Amino acid sequence: MATSTSSATSSAPTAARTAAPSTAGAGTTRPRRRRGRATSRDHKLLPYLLLAPAVVMELLIHILPMLVGIWMSFVRLTKFFLANWSAAPWAGLGNYRLALDINSSIGAKLFQSFLVTIGFSVAAVVLSWGLGMAAAVALQQPFRGRGIVRTLFLVPYALPAYAGILTWNFMLQRDTGLINHVLADNLHLTGDRPFWLLGNNAFTSLVVVAVWRLWPFAFLTIMAGLQSVPTELYEAASVDGAGNLRSWRSITLPSLRPVNIVLVLVLFLWTFSDFNTPYVLFGTAQPPAGDLVSFHIYNASFLTWNFGIGAAMSVLLLLFLMVLTAAYLVVTNRRSSRA
Amino acid sequence: MRNTKGFMSFRAVTVLLLGAFTLIPLYAMVTAALKPLRDVQSTFTWWPSTLTVSPFVDMWTTVPLARYFGNSLVVSGLATLASVVLAVLAAFAVSRFSFRGRSIFTTTVLSTQMFPGVLFLLPLFLIFTNINSATGIQLVGSRLGLVITYLTFTLPFSIWMLVGYFDSIPRELDEAAMVDGCTPLGALWRVVLPAARPGVIAVAIYSFMTAWGEVLFASVMTNDSNRTLAVGLREYSTQTNVYWNQIMAASLVVSVPVVVGFLLAQKSFVAGVTAGAVK
Repeated sequence: MATSTSSATSSAPTAARTAAPSTAGAGTTRPRRRRGRATSRDHKLLPYLLLAPAVVMELLIHILPMLVGIWMSFVRLTKFFLANWSAAPWAGLGNYRLALDINSSIGAKLFQSFLVTIGFSVAAVVLSWGLGMAAAVALQQPFRGRGIVRTLFLVPYALPAYAGILTWNFMLQRDTGLINHVLADNLHLTGDRPFWLLGNNAFTSLVVVAVWRLWPFAFLTIMAGLQSVPTELYEAASVDGAGNLRSWRSITLPSLRPVNIVLVLVLFLWTFSDFNTPYVLFGTAQPPAGDLVSFHIYNASFLTWNFGIGAAMSVLLLLFLMVLTAAYLVVTNRRSSRA
Repeated sequence: MRNTKGFMSFRAVTVLLLGAFTLIPLYAMVTAALKPLRDVQSTFTWWPSTLTVSPFVDMWTTVPLARYFGNSLVVSGLATLASVVLAVLAAFAVSRFSFRGRSIFTTTVLSTQMFPGVLFLLPLFLIFTNINSATGIQLVGSRLGLVITYLTFTLPFSIWMLVGYFDSIPRELDEAAMVDGCTPLGALWRVVLPAARPGVIAVAIYSFMTAWGEVLFASVMTNDSNRTLAVGLREYSTQTNVYWNQIMAASLVVSVPVVVGFLLAQKSFVAGVTAGAVK
C-alpha cells in the first residue's frame, strides 16, 4: 500500500520521457515558446475549462445556497410557505431583531447557546491541542512500539463520528454506564450516580467526547509539523546545555508556529460549529448546558419549522466566525512579523 | 528531545494516559457487542457474563442495517469520486496556470470550507423542496440529493488540499513532459497525478471518511428509502428497549471499513496533511 513520495516522483520523469520520444529531438525550438504556458495562446482557455466543473458545482452548492440563505433570513418563512416560498411575507430585519433581542425567549436562548458554545470551543481546543502536542512530542523519538501507539492514537479520529459518540453515550448512561460504574462503584468518588447527559454535567460530557474525537487530529498535524524541524537545532541546543523543556520552548514551539496558527483556527471553527456531538449524545431533547449553536439552529428551524429565524441565526453565526477568523489572522500575522 | 530520565517518564505517562483514554471506549464498544441484552441493561461489568455473538446476528434484522450500509456506501463513494475528479482538474488549473479570477476562486473555496454545514442545510432543503415541486425530481430523500449536499464539505477540502499537494511537486517535471510533447492534460495524467498519488489517496480517504460519518445532512435529507448508517443506527432505540449490544456491534461493523482503510493509508494521509496544511 501507500507508496512513498520519492518512489512515485522518481518513476514520473521516465514515464514522461517514454511518452513522446519522437518529438524530443524535433521540438527544440517550438517548446521554448510553450514553456511560458500561462501566456501561451492555445492554453489561455484551458485553465477555465479545467475549472468549469468545479465552478459550476461551487455555484450550485455554496454560492446559490448562501444567497438563498441570506434572502431567507429576511422573510417569514414558516412551514406554510416552504413549497410556495414566493408568497412568504417580507420580514425585513424582524428575524434578526428577534434573534438578537435578549429579552425575547428566542433571543435569550440563542444568547445562552452562544455562551455555551464559546466555553465548549475554548475548552475543547485547548485540551485537544495540549494532548496532541504532548503525544507528538512524546512520540518524536523512535522507541519500541511507537508505530503501534501512533496507530492506536489515530483510531478515534478514523472512527465514524456517530460510532464514537454512540459509544460514549453508552458509557455515560446513568445506571448502566461504565463511567458511573468506575466513579461510584470502583473509586467511590461520587456518592450517588450522577446524570451525565442531563443538567449541567452535559457540558462536561460534550467537552470530553469532542476532545476524544479531536485530539488525534491535533496530534497528527503537530507530528507532521515536527518532521520539518531540523534535528541540528536540538543538537545545538543540547550542546549549549539546554534541557528538554527549554528546547521545547525555544525550538519546537517557534518552529511549529505556522502549523499551530492553522491548527488552532481549524479546531476552533470545527468545534464552534459542531453538530454531531450534541445531536448524537442528546438527541433532540437538548439540555441547555449542551445546546451548541449549530444544534440550536437546527432545532429552532426544524422543531418550529420557522426557517426565517433559523436562516437569520445562521447568517449571524457566519458573520461571527468571519470576523473572528479575520481578527485572529491579523493578530497572529502581526505578532509573527514583529518576531 | 534527549532521552533523559525526565523525558522517559513524561513519555511513559503520556502514552499510558492517552492510551487508556483512547482504549477504554473501544474496549467498552467491543465487549458490549459480545454481551447478552440483560448485561447491557444492568450495572456495567467489565467482562460479559456470557460471551455471545448473537448481537452481530440480530442487528441485521432489528433494523434494515444492510440497506443502510449500502446507502452509505453508494452516497459516500459517489461523493468521494465526484469531489476527487472535480478537485484534480481544478487544483491542476490553480497550481499550474496563472489566470484572471484565480485568487477569487481559491479564496471562495478556502472560505466555504470554514462555513458551518448548518448554514447550507436550510437553503439546500428549501431549494431541493422547490425543485421537487417544480420538476418532480425528488432530491430530499434521494441518494443523489445527499451526494450533492456531501459535496459541500468534500469538494472545498479536496481542492484546497490538492492545490497544496500539486504545488509541492516540482513544475520542472510536467514542464519537461510538455517539452517532450505532452499536452497539459497529458502532463497532468502521466506526470503530476502519479507523483501526487499519496495526496490523491489522502484526499479520497478523507472525503470518504467524513461522508461516511456525516450526521447533519443525513438527519434531514433522508427518509426510509435512502437512510444512511448515521441515522439508521438510532433505530436500535425503541420505545421499550435500547439494544445497546446491537448498537455497539453495528457501530463496530460500520467502523471497520473506514478504520482499516485509514490505517492502511496512514502514511499517505500524513504526507497529504503535511503538504496541504503545513505549507
